Amino acid sequence: MFNFLAKNRIKKFSFPGGVHPEENKHFTENCPIEKLPLPKIVYIPLSQHTGKPAKPLLNIGDKVKTGQLIGEADGRISANIHSSISGTVKDLKELPHPLTFSRVLTYIIESDGEDIWDEDIKKDFEEKDFSSDEIIEKVHKAGIVGLGGAAFPTAVKLSPPKDKVIDTLIINGCECEPYLTNDYRLMVEKPKEIILGALLIKRALEKNNKNIRLIFGIEDNKEKAIEIFNSYKKDYNFEVSTLKTKYPQGAEKQLIKAILKREVPSGGLPFDVGVVVQNVGTAYACYESCYFDKPLFERVITVSGSGIKEKKNLLVRIGTPIKDIVEYCGGYISEIKKIIFGGPIMGIAIYSEDMPVVKGTTGILFFNDKDVILEKEKACIRCGRCVEACPMGLLPCELHKFIQRRELERAKEYSLLDCIECGSCAFACPARIKLVQSFKFGKQEIIKKERK
Amino acid sequence: MNGKFIVSVSPHIRNDVTVDKIMWSVVWALIPAAIGAGYFFGIKAIFLILLSVISALISEYICNIIFKREVSIFDGSAVITSILLAFNLPPNVPFFIPIVGSFFAIVVVKQLFGGLGYNFLNPALAARAFLVASFPQTMSASYTAPYYGTISGFDAITQATPLTAIRNTKIMGTPQDLEILLNKATSWESLKNLFIGNVGGCLGETSALLLLIGAIYLLIKGYIDYRIPLSYLLTCFILSLFILPIKRFPNYHIFQIISGGLILGAFFMATDYVTSPITKKGRIIFGIGCGILTMLIRHFGGYPEGVSFSILLMNVATPLIERYTKPRVFGKR
Repeated sequence: MFNFLAKNRIKKFSFPGGVHPEENKHFTENCPIEKLPLPKIVYIPLSQHTGKPAKPLLNIGDKVKTGQLIGEADGRISANIHSSISGTVKDLKELPHPLTFSRVLTYIIESDGEDIWDEDIKKDFEEKDFSSDEIIEKVHKAGIVGLGGAAFPTAVKLSPPKDKVIDTLIINGCECEPYLTNDYRLMVEKPKEIILGALLIKRALEKNNKNIRLIFGIEDNKEKAIEIFNSYKKDYNFEVSTLKTKYPQGAEKQLIKAILKREVPSGGLPFDVGVVVQNVGTAYACYESCYFDKPLFERVITVSGSGIKEKKNLLVRIGTPIKDIVEYCGGYISEIKKIIFGGPIMGIAIYSEDMPVVKGTTGILFFNDKDVILEKEKACIRCGRCVEACPMGLLPCELHKFIQRRELERAKEYSLLDCIECGSCAFACPARIKLVQSFKFGKQEIIKKERK
Repeated sequence: MNGKFIVSVSPHIRNDVTVDKIMWSVVWALIPAAIGAGYFFGIKAIFLILLSVISALISEYICNIIFKREVSIFDGSAVITSILLAFNLPPNVPFFIPIVGSFFAIVVVKQLFGGLGYNFLNPALAARAFLVASFPQTMSASYTAPYYGTISGFDAITQATPLTAIRNTKIMGTPQDLEILLNKATSWESLKNLFIGNVGGCLGETSALLLLIGAIYLLIKGYIDYRIPLSYLLTCFILSLFILPIKRFPNYHIFQIISGGLILGAFFMATDYVTSPITKKGRIIFGIGCGILTMLIRHFGGYPEGVSFSILLMNVATPLIERYTKPRVFGKR
């Protein structure tokens, strides 16, 4: 009864605004990560990251090994692309990208069923010290991008501008999107590897900075993960921040605000307040890239939703078509109305089961009738729920009104460009107004106008 | 296989609160007070309410057809407007009054401005103001005593509602008369009648108790924000401690809060989403503004009651309040 007086009560951090969707993580949170059997064919787009697409290196008919470089980073903000199976390059052609739907050069590779790994990939773990430059080089070579969904090339993030003083590295273990449990499973099953990866990232950042704090930010609905990481924190000298379960807790700016009470300035980046944020999955990939020289050609995804028979957490090769995953998960139990890449709030609805898993795919959700909301949009009743939900302090309903009237100047004045498209407003809207759609459009229009 | 999946922009899940759900909940929340109206003022009260609702729905439907809008009679908003309008009518008005009022509320105040979400005045209150201006005699002389009490709630002789009695005495009576009246008005007996609703007044405004039952339900559900009613009532409470008629009466502030249409106005009309600010700070300012105006009208104005006019005036000020209470944008100074 008096436990609120207890001395070591954990302080829980949070941010203003946000929403509380139903978590729906119970479907998969206790499912250990399973390896998906090798796909027979993979589709690997040369653009799976923010920035320029990679340059193709192989010709049709070439033999490849698992982990072999097939696309080379083009320019500073770009990432290497590797084959995820061994076999033969069947084709290189423009196919619709699963996240943007625009046509992107894509390698189609047919498996030889052998899964022969590139010789450079090491088999055994060997304790070793790496220099900052070595780490950045290895991470770059491995084609690692942010695995939380944004897919920003990690090597770029590891080399912040020299004039920015970095004092904190936050490893993002929030996983605030409902349904998704891929990060959680990784934290429970590979905590030591994630920690080693985080220490590598810290080491890389220490090239120009000293005494960087390492903090793991985990939402309080992941008790087991918090417990595990707390048990390691003395040995490896890091902190664990318990965060309130609230969407969008995992959004970079909100996470920094919650843990450090710092606000990334409007239009700025975490660098500007001395912080780098990396996802737990990214930390794990960095561990593999440094200790094993293993490129990023597989990742953990959550397969869930009301329409799929067996809900699982899977280790999947990049480029695996959804069809294979559906088959492995026992098929559908009801007619599927919507397939979502990512979480249900920010994820992207895709139109075909031929679409492949890419580096930024955190999960695949199969929604049937019950979950798909097709209610008609109604007029805004100015209830203010969107205002309360907006973690950025915007007035979504007003912005929507301006965009509808094409008053882009006004929308800009009301900070439309600060919108992070988290969807909290649209989630909360009782009139079912497509606010995110409106804001994406409005932003594009403003950017178009300014380019002219 | 292609083409059978729905593709839409995120988010793919939504909160289960919808406009219709909110509106119908407000209707439910008004039911106790409606039943109370029937109990205190007889079956005619129920007829007046139903008449108001029916004519509002017909008006809404006709507008939907004429303006080629989606039929919106089932969304509950016209029902709320018409119930609130009826709640603001004296119990003995002729039957044409709610019909004219509902028509005005729905057609002129709501639909001509674009329908739900676009009106800048509270339709029920604007219609009431229209009725008061068009039929002043009918609207002020149609008060009757509740079945089990008196109009004033404390004196069998007075033929006016508590607030009107005080106003009339202030203008026409001696200071001694006023002191005697206020002594009675702030007595526990009088306050009890005001709280239960056993006094004269508009149909739905008299029973603070029944209105609060509905209001608490809406507050718990999160369908109304506590900020407006709280700041509104608190302002009235504090101001009535200072604006005293002649001398201090121990329960005068409580009397001010539960008499007239304040409870109805603060919880059900000032909180109307469409016509009140969307910002948190704005809502507090809106409530304080309503409170100041209400107390000014009650104590110094030409009408005995000022709730409806205060809210209407603050409705007009809403865009301005919003402009100056924008929340601070994350990362901006």
